[in-house]
Amino acid sequence: MLKIESRGYESRFWRYASPVLALLLTGATSGLIFMAMGRPAGLTVYTFLIAPLLQQDGFEALAVKAAPLIMMGVGLSLAYRANVWNIGTDGQFTLGAICGGGLALAFPDAPSYVIFPAMVVAGILGGMLNGGLVAWLRIRFNANEILTSLMFAYITQYLLVYLVTGPWRDPQGFGFPQTALFSDDALAPRLIEDTNVHIGILLAPLIAIGLWFMLEKSLLGFQFRVLGQATRAARFAGFRENRLVWIAMLISGGLAGLAGLLEVTGTLGQLTTTLSPGYGFTAIIVAFLGRLNPLGVIPAGLLLALTYLGGDAAQINLGLPNAVTGIFQGILLFYLLGCDILLLNRFRWVPSHAKAAR
Amino acid sequence: MLRRQFTRLIGASAAATTLPNLIGSAKAADPLKVGFIYLGPVGDFGWTYQHDIARKAAVEHFGDKIKTTYVENVAEGPDSEKVLNDLANQGNKLIFATSFGYMNYVLNSAKKHPNVFYEHATGYKRAANVSDYNIRFYQARYVQGVIAGKMSKAGLAGYVGSVPVPEVVQGINAFMLGMQSVNPKARMKIVLINSWYDPPKEGDAAKALIDQGCDIITQHTDSPAPLQAAASRGVKAFGQSTDMSKFAADTQLSASTDMWGPYYIKRIGDVMAGTWKSTDTWGGFDSGMLAMSPFTNMPADVAALAAATEADIKSGKNMVFVGPIKDQSGAVKVPAGTTMDDGALSGMQWLVQGVDGKLT
Repeated sequence: MLKIESRGYESRFWRYASPVLALLLTGATSGLIFMAMGRPAGLTVYTFLIAPLLQQDGFEALAVKAAPLIMMGVGLSLAYRANVWNIGTDGQFTLGAICGGGLALAFPDAPSYVIFPAMVVAGILGGMLNGGLVAWLRIRFNANEILTSLMFAYITQYLLVYLVTGPWRDPQGFGFPQTALFSDDALAPRLIEDTNVHIGILLAPLIAIGLWFMLEKSLLGFQFRVLGQATRAARFAGFRENRLVWIAMLISGGLAGLAGLLEVTGTLGQLTTTLSPGYGFTAIIVAFLGRLNPLGVIPAGLLLALTYLGGDAAQINLGLPNAVTGIFQGILLFYLLGCDILLLNRFRWVPSHAKAAR
Repeated sequence: MLRRQFTRLIGASAAATTLPNLIGSAKAADPLKVGFIYLGPVGDFGWTYQHDIARKAAVEHFGDKIKTTYVENVAEGPDSEKVLNDLANQGNKLIFATSFGYMNYVLNSAKKHPNVFYEHATGYKRAANVSDYNIRFYQARYVQGVIAGKMSKAGLAGYVGSVPVPEVVQGINAFMLGMQSVNPKARMKIVLINSWYDPPKEGDAAKALIDQGCDIITQHTDSPAPLQAAASRGVKAFGQSTDMSKFAADTQLSASTDMWGPYYIKRIGDVMAGTWKSTDTWGGFDSGMLAMSPFTNMPADVAALAAATEADIKSGKNMVFVGPIKDQSGAVKVPAGTTMDDGALSGMQWLVQGVDGKLT
């Protein structure tokens, strides 16, 4: 019979081979589904992961979609390493967008070199405020941050709905729930003219690299890792747990706020009732897929963004229903996370008589 | 053998996805490619479903002269611009964007693809290659109101609304006016749930309204939940967008039914004939874009009155928003002898007297 046993160490080979194996298994499984739908089985991986890039503007779209996921995923990987379970980044994203966007609406005539930096600061502070409240509730009242951060995500969403259907509604907008468009000066600077390729696409990988250095090479990062892996050891070592919780929530919240601000100034150009198509929750998957390593978050964010684009491509090119995309994403994540069992474990064939002898 | 087949399939699909025009050009006349983007999944009722029925009607009408592609579950945000651009890049010459939130992205995409025609539903911004189209949903609301006025014993109806955009406000007011036309003392309560599709919230809102004494329920949200809530409490209700009688056969009085088909067929025909122009269409009963599903669960005289009301609106004899109309504060908004024009209607942000509730 087949037995799973612990290796007792992390396999170097499987660290790189496991994603490849996962991709092969995804291709095989989703191929069966394609076959059942009367489509060529070999097409799935191509349709979802390659075809979107071959389209016009494919890489641009990928970068625009991946940037917020990476920024938020990096912040989350830092927090999760310290056992701070911030799952409300969607709310921090939204509050960042509200704070920065509010500034743009209040000062429509401000020159870009004043207004945009001010909006970036406001966006980061908005995210930090939301994250900081969660940290304070945990430290002061020992409130579980999983619950409070999620609840704040709902609260900020309702705040957003209130603002865009009430006081901030565009007076020229026929009563539709949206604000006026931001002035051109308040929009995120573009890397390529006339596209949505905004400055955040440059910032996201830089932030990832910066936080990787902090986490892996600095004393603060060491404290984070110890707190996450051995809370008691961290206490014996005299690390101040509360301070680390504050920092983890402020950094992950601030990055989500920055992502939100860049999303509204980079692509939306106004506030509407829905700013995030679930980026905050997707970022949780991105963080885990990147093994909670800021550098790993970059390819993870790109991959997740790619599967979303692939869904649209599959509908346009192959006429597949949208549900197939969800199935493909599910299969991919299942295998990516499932194959990680091989990092620390191995399969071994145990002859059945050995069992009998025992 | 297996591997060869695999490579061939990959090759074929690569050609199919990147060079669609090469393959198409083998035929004598290329079909006109028409794209659609949908807010929700097609499903079997509601807003997106009605758009897809219309797409199928166009396919039936034009046969192999057109080739349609639809993309469902497209969020109202920057993603929609990418989908619109993809559809344009794939050779679609006419693209229907079927929800309000696509508006600015339609304009962006249209700027990049000046040779593609765009049709945006329920918005208010146009361009040389972007048209607007919408339905005068309020006409059907008035007919519903007339039925409610006759059928409600308490003289109190409940309205489950979504977001206070003018379209919804017009619906609330038209329903109230219709109801008051047969019962001057009639009143209604409204609940806005700030969402177009949220079955649990819709159902809860309907139950709350029934608990407050409303004995007729109507809805401006997308799921059958309010109708089903009404059925479970034994009061009558109206369906929305689609004939929803299959969800509550003994409860539905009628349903306002969206008929986008005639418009889609006309606009596709315009592109084929080379006569497409940027227009602003707001079609009612007379255009065939709006219809009442069969009048059921009511006495014959009420059904006859409803049918007569529908006919009067269709012929233009009844313009619905005809003065005198007072708002909630009692101030005269539309003086006697005048009719609200489309400009004022499309910015409507006040409620008529008799409506109990607020817009925000």
